[in-house]
Amino acid sequence: MAKQKEVVFAGFGGQGVMTAGQLLAYTAMEEGKNVVWIPSYGPEMRGGTANCTIVISDGRIGSPIINNPMSACVFNRPSLDKFGALVKKGGLLLINSSLIDVKSGRDDITEILVPVNDIAIKVGNPKVANMAMLAAFIEATDAVSFDSLLSMMEKKMGGGKKKELLEINHRAIEEGRKVVTGKVNI
Amino acid sequence: MAKKLMKGNEAIGEAAVCAGALNYFAYPITPQSEVAEYLCWRLPEVGGAFVQAESEVAVGNMLFGAACSGKRVFTTSSSPGISLMQEAISYMAGAHLPVVLINIMRGGPGLGGILPAQSDYFQATKGGGHGDYRTLVLAPASVQEAVDLTILAFDLADKYRNPVMIIGDAMIGQMMESVEFPEKYREQNDPAESDWALNGAKGRESRILKSLYLDPEKLDENSFMLANKYDMMKKDEIRYELYNISEKNRLLVVSYGTMSRVIQTAIDEIGEEEGISVGLMRPITLYPFPGQQLYDEAVKPNIEKVLSIEMSVGQMVEDVERFVRGKKPVEFSGRTGGIVPTPDDVKGYIRKSLGIEK
Amino acid sequence: MINDATTIFKRPESLSETVTHYCPGCTHGIIHRMVAESLDELNLRERAVGVAPVGCSVFIYNYFNCDFMEAPHGRAPALATGFKRTRPDMICFTYQGDGDLASIGMGEIVHAANRGEKITVIFVNNAIYGMTGGQMAPTTMPGQKTTTSPFGRDTNLAGYPIRMAELLATLRTPSFIARCSTQTPMHIVAAKKIIKKAFRLQKEEKCFSLVEVLSTCPTNWGITPCDATQWIIDNMEPYYKLGVLKDPEKGEG
Repeated sequence: MAKQKEVVFAGFGGQGVMTAGQLLAYTAMEEGKNVVWIPSYGPEMRGGTANCTIVISDGRIGSPIINNPMSACVFNRPSLDKFGALVKKGGLLLINSSLIDVKSGRDDITEILVPVNDIAIKVGNPKVANMAMLAAFIEATDAVSFDSLLSMMEKKMGGGKKKELLEINHRAIEEGRKVVTGKVNI
Repeated sequence: MAKKLMKGNEAIGEAAVCAGALNYFAYPITPQSEVAEYLCWRLPEVGGAFVQAESEVAVGNMLFGAACSGKRVFTTSSSPGISLMQEAISYMAGAHLPVVLINIMRGGPGLGGILPAQSDYFQATKGGGHGDYRTLVLAPASVQEAVDLTILAFDLADKYRNPVMIIGDAMIGQMMESVEFPEKYREQNDPAESDWALNGAKGRESRILKSLYLDPEKLDENSFMLANKYDMMKKDEIRYELYNISEKNRLLVVSYGTMSRVIQTAIDEIGEEEGISVGLMRPITLYPFPGQQLYDEAVKPNIEKVLSIEMSVGQMVEDVERFVRGKKPVEFSGRTGGIVPTPDDVKGYIRKSLGIEK
Repeated sequence: MINDATTIFKRPESLSETVTHYCPGCTHGIIHRMVAESLDELNLRERAVGVAPVGCSVFIYNYFNCDFMEAPHGRAPALATGFKRTRPDMICFTYQGDGDLASIGMGEIVHAANRGEKITVIFVNNAIYGMTGGQMAPTTMPGQKTTTSPFGRDTNLAGYPIRMAELLATLRTPSFIARCSTQTPMHIVAAKKIIKKAFRLQKEEKCFSLVEVLSTCPTNWGITPCDATQWIIDNMEPYYKLGVLKDPEKGEG
């Protein structure tokens, strides 16, 4: 069985969790890996929490439904409450410490606090919080390379007027990476 | 062609374009409305036609009229919408018309829910509408397979001049996976070349496409003509996949669609962690069902039981029982209502079936 | 002597030589002929596709020399929509009775008209279900006796007859909507002109067109053919007013 990486991005609608997850999926695909991106959808998307799961593998991906993911990036308290307990033993939990002032209380997983909203405000656009989180996740797991991520971002966002936004995204990524001090083998 | 990351619903739409099927009629329903949202701009790009109909009853009948042109026509919907199309599906089968219907299944009965289910197996494989007819039914397990089977569905519909249905669950529709499309996109069928389509009675007798036969001899003849087509499908179109089949297998699981992928993960894990060997048969054609192939696998001496796992309360299991012909015990496990059994759940089903305590 | 004869009247090419199954005094035959003449005169037969209904005219495909499809009850406008969108270069018409169009097919006709499908609908209204044996239709007159309203249509329970032409003429989408009748040769001459215009408008790719034709059903009305024509004049015409209700060429579209 090929080793696969699984991550849930979860937060409020509007925090960019779906977009961050898709960018990760696109990047992994560009690197030649098999990927699945699966969202929560329907009425629960209206105003409530939104989440998506990304599975990345060198081999065939079996179940697209992952009940106990190896890692989760939670952007708000309800998401911590829901997914904090589901992360697999030995897994990784990234917590948006700008909005969440508690931890999961577990001692069998690695927790990293990433103040993504503070980072976003610092770099000049509150909308790039999701990129800081994605960068922290990639820094900790090497799920994809940053070169691939940056070139995919450029491809998706394009040039022209978007150039300034691209610049801010770059800075958010740099700041997100800095938070992570070591690698987590998941 | 380069790989693309696409949502199943959008990939199905593009696959139809790739198959030269540019005439699409639909009514919005969750969880597949993205297909119409994709095709409403994509089809005009390639000279196609899209009508958002007033109801699924009208969709079915628009397909009926459009199919009479000899061009490739299709719809996508979800369970309650497919129920409303049964009238037209029956008529189209009776009139020998090629059409592709894609059902991204949600839980039922009634309005049910909007989450993934496999509760329309009976409806799809046993007729659905009235009369002696069948639809050829294909069940993809990944976005790539949804693309491949969509393209195949149009070929089979043309080949047999019969409705072909694809049943996927909401997961297939909603998830994104990498897909590749064939390099070459197919041209639309040329109606002028058809020897049955309604293309104008110029220099020939007029043609009638109908399902009405008041003369019992004629209706009997038409019904057996249909039955002959289904016999040909049974001979030539059965498709399935085997996974982890070995002489060590104690249990044979039968499952289709995305459910089968969850089972593959469970089979891998239970083999690795607990040394329990389980094989999987995944029918790709649900009608015609790979019955003889199932029988051949089931009767192998190492197989203790056959277990049908579905996202329903047990529908395909009736076919599994029918084809295993009492040679081995057949059991069912599953959930419905939008609950997708997890690999852990499936491992539980396997242990329970084999009487293993954890 | 016969060599000097010239043909002044013949079967339209669009009509086949099959003898119809219609009852004596039924006007389906006349309406078929008007449709066939229109196809001939506009040179449309070789690219015409008809959609047959469920009702007395279900076998219309046997009586025409053009391609036909046979629709489920009431759905002919949906089939015509599908066909016409797929083959906009062809001519597509439906031929429907009042049970088919105004009852079970109400949804399909309203939406086809509202989308402005470039199809032609011939709507034959004889105020009763003919094929199934004389049951009440949405168009049955108040007090009219049928097998399912043996004491006469009770408007308290069944409402009033639906005026389809008027109903469809309220739609904003441009279309040609008219009502004509068949009870006298004069009416038939007028009806022919209207039917031909409906097909011409489709040929010119202008708009949706629907012609409602008042028709007799002596068998199910339980009266003689002659009395049946008088019955239209006395009972139907005052309620179902004849005329063009909507015409894109007269600025009413």
